[in-house]
Amino acid sequence: MSGSGKGVDDLLSSYDANGFYDELFGSASKPASHTEAVKDRLRQLQYDDLRRHASDAERELYNLGITFLVYSDAKAVDRILPFDVIPRIIAAKEWAHLEKGVQQRIAALNMFLHDIYHDQHVLKDGIIPAELVLGNANYRPQMQGITLPFKTYIHIAGVDLVRDHEGTFRVLEDNGRVPSGVSYVVENRHMMLRAFPDLMGDIGLRNVENYGAKLLEAMCEIAPPRPDVDSYDPQVVLLSPGAYNSAYFEHIFLAREMGVPLVEGRDLAVIDDKVYMKTTGGLRRVDSIYRRIGDDFLDPKAFNPDSLLGVPGIFEAYRKGNVALANAIGTGVADDKAVYAYVPRMIKYYLGEDALIPNVDTHICREPDALQYTLDNLDKLVVKPVGEAGGYGITIGPRATKAELEECRAKLLEDPANYISQPMVPLSVCPTLTEEGIEPRHVDLRPFAITAKSTWVLPGGLTRVALKKGTLIVNSSQGGGSKDTWVLTEGGEADPDPVADDSTDPFHTQSQSSSSQSQSQ
Amino acid sequence: MAALLARYAECIFWMARYMERAENLARILDVHETFARDSFGSTNWLPILRLNADEKRFFELYPTASVKNVLNFYVLDQNNPTSIIAAIAAARENARQLRPLISTEMWAHLNMFYNRLLALEPATDLAQHNIQRLCASIKEACQTHTGITEGTFFRDQGWYFYQLGRNLERADQATRVLDIKYHTLLPSPRDVGTPIDISQWNSLLRSAAGYHAFRRVYPRGMTPAAVAGFLLFNDNFPRSVLVCMREVDSLLNRLNSKYRLRRGTLPLERSDELLGNLSNQTIESVISVGLHEYLDGLQINFGKLSNDIAQAFFLIDEPGTLSA
Repeated sequence: MSGSGKGVDDLLSSYDANGFYDELFGSASKPASHTEAVKDRLRQLQYDDLRRHASDAERELYNLGITFLVYSDAKAVDRILPFDVIPRIIAAKEWAHLEKGVQQRIAALNMFLHDIYHDQHVLKDGIIPAELVLGNANYRPQMQGITLPFKTYIHIAGVDLVRDHEGTFRVLEDNGRVPSGVSYVVENRHMMLRAFPDLMGDIGLRNVENYGAKLLEAMCEIAPPRPDVDSYDPQVVLLSPGAYNSAYFEHIFLAREMGVPLVEGRDLAVIDDKVYMKTTGGLRRVDSIYRRIGDDFLDPKAFNPDSLLGVPGIFEAYRKGNVALANAIGTGVADDKAVYAYVPRMIKYYLGEDALIPNVDTHICREPDALQYTLDNLDKLVVKPVGEAGGYGITIGPRATKAELEECRAKLLEDPANYISQPMVPLSVCPTLTEEGIEPRHVDLRPFAITAKSTWVLPGGLTRVALKKGTLIVNSSQGGGSKDTWVLTEGGEADPDPVADDSTDPFHTQSQSSSSQSQSQ
Repeated sequence: MAALLARYAECIFWMARYMERAENLARILDVHETFARDSFGSTNWLPILRLNADEKRFFELYPTASVKNVLNFYVLDQNNPTSIIAAIAAARENARQLRPLISTEMWAHLNMFYNRLLALEPATDLAQHNIQRLCASIKEACQTHTGITEGTFFRDQGWYFYQLGRNLERADQATRVLDIKYHTLLPSPRDVGTPIDISQWNSLLRSAAGYHAFRRVYPRGMTPAAVAGFLLFNDNFPRSVLVCMREVDSLLNRLNSKYRLRRGTLPLERSDELLGNLSNQTIESVISVGLHEYLDGLQINFGKLSNDIAQAFFLIDEPGTLSA
């Protein structure tokens, strides 16, 4: 292990971002002045202390069971998402821009979903090819004509952003079905508060504590009214596929943060098109469900008849307006990698605005010109199947062998409509603690947004980091890790959006530093 | 009032039972190890197999009831459903599903405990000279669990189901320990009152963590009847069948009244009846009809009570019990 006995100062002095945009240092043309305070504090640390805190943190994650399941060799293995102790820091102004950009994008996507499940203007006006939507595996004709509260379909979104060599954020992917990772945002912060209270005190950090409260609020907002009940207090539940799902920890986390039961399909029953949960006292009506089960598995009566995870009859209850589901059924059309290419045009069409956060240039291989371009430039492009998630099936042209490129070419020619291609974005890097010392590693960012009446964006987000040297794939199933993401307040002020409970707690005022807040958790 | 998911109630009931079972087994192994050193050799390990009715399964896997084999079978053999590691694995699986309900401390401790068991080395940790240390650490981990639960678990319905499971398992374990000694001792009246006899009953009391408590009640001497009576009917010993059943009955009562769980009438009726029976018995009358038969009857009733509890609270399938 190099760096032993050294100060972090020495290591940062010899640090070289290799020409990529750096999240801590910025670039020559765009230096990161907002990180000065943190850099100073980092420089005062000893490398060995950093290492020790890092291994303490990882042990704690494991002991607390903050893990996800990985399936390898037909065995399920509990694994932690490796946690890197050097935070990624986002300036207040930059965040304000991202926040608006995400809100804009969610607004357009929700309008798009309402439109395609009602009058389909966007298709009739030729903005998006009809077959791309209506022929999409994620399009649910059963949703046609159903009107949802606030016309919101995507209640929970995790929009994947990357930052290019110029330091510009771009949207890489919209996750409008069941985006994962928000639990790590909050748990990583807890971890940092315990490991490095000195690093974060008094630098004006937005807190990420109130995600659960905001989510519950949204789930209550969309709950169908029940005029027959005095002082209606909607029963919200979180529906999980169960303990063997890879994201089960997140389901637990969210249920806890909301203070609602974590149910499985077998805990629910539908009677007379109403949903009930089985409690020790009998059946109890359920009003609003945050479901972490995909459309296909949600209701064997309406969708995949083989599914044992879901709840028979739940779709009919939903269709009749007796229960709310988040996210809505059929949102997968909007987070399709092919539809993604049209989102900037959607924003223009529905909102009359330009996209605040640009897309990564995307070639839709179902279009002959784009296919030809892709085939001609295979060694320069990243080719992605549109139906896969988790980084599977991706070919990174510049890193691929001749044989891999030929295999990719064959797949493209066989089923061009299943692929898109994008230029390889030189993802920004962030100093990261590795076996080799402090090294640049590529990162992305997934902010989380909650929408019912309006859209709220969690000031933070999941920064995923590619721990393997040189790799661009940050996905957890491909061995990536995560970092705490610090959104700064304007001029180091107190968080403008404090945790709701603070005002009622005399020992817990807003002027206190973040490190003291950790003691109340 | 917040409703409790039936599956959670079931998980917490069983989590408590598995923890109690693991602790009990560790105590029995520990005590037997001490007595096995008295030159009785391997034969002394047979009662433990009988206790759990595991002889057949055991001898399919191992040639002799040696210390090493029995300990492996009961501590680390994950394929043996009555092993300590299997009980802790089952408790942890239940806890995993209960994570939205139980405290973080409860989960973290159980998770670490399980990982520690997984890391044990049979060759060293199960070596005879390390057995007491191992059993002590398992007992301590189980009691730490109890303490953490007592100190951190929110006192709502879930707490009642936890206590219900723990006390029912304790009562059941007490009858099992007693029953096996009945088998080993009484068929040979020659040994009654001899040093072998006393050491066996001594061992039994220690298995039930009752030796010192028993001494306080009976400072001068020890008879099999007194020991059996103490474990069954003493109304202050926390592991006696009577105290456990009194607790079970009161918990069922409170579930009915405080949480209005009307479906709980059936288990309550059975536990009332059981408690009534225990309260009116003396060890003399039990011995006159046959201790073994009496213990057998209790175990059957505990099984029925457990089923009644499952029917009333865990298996909510039929419509017709709509609430709120």
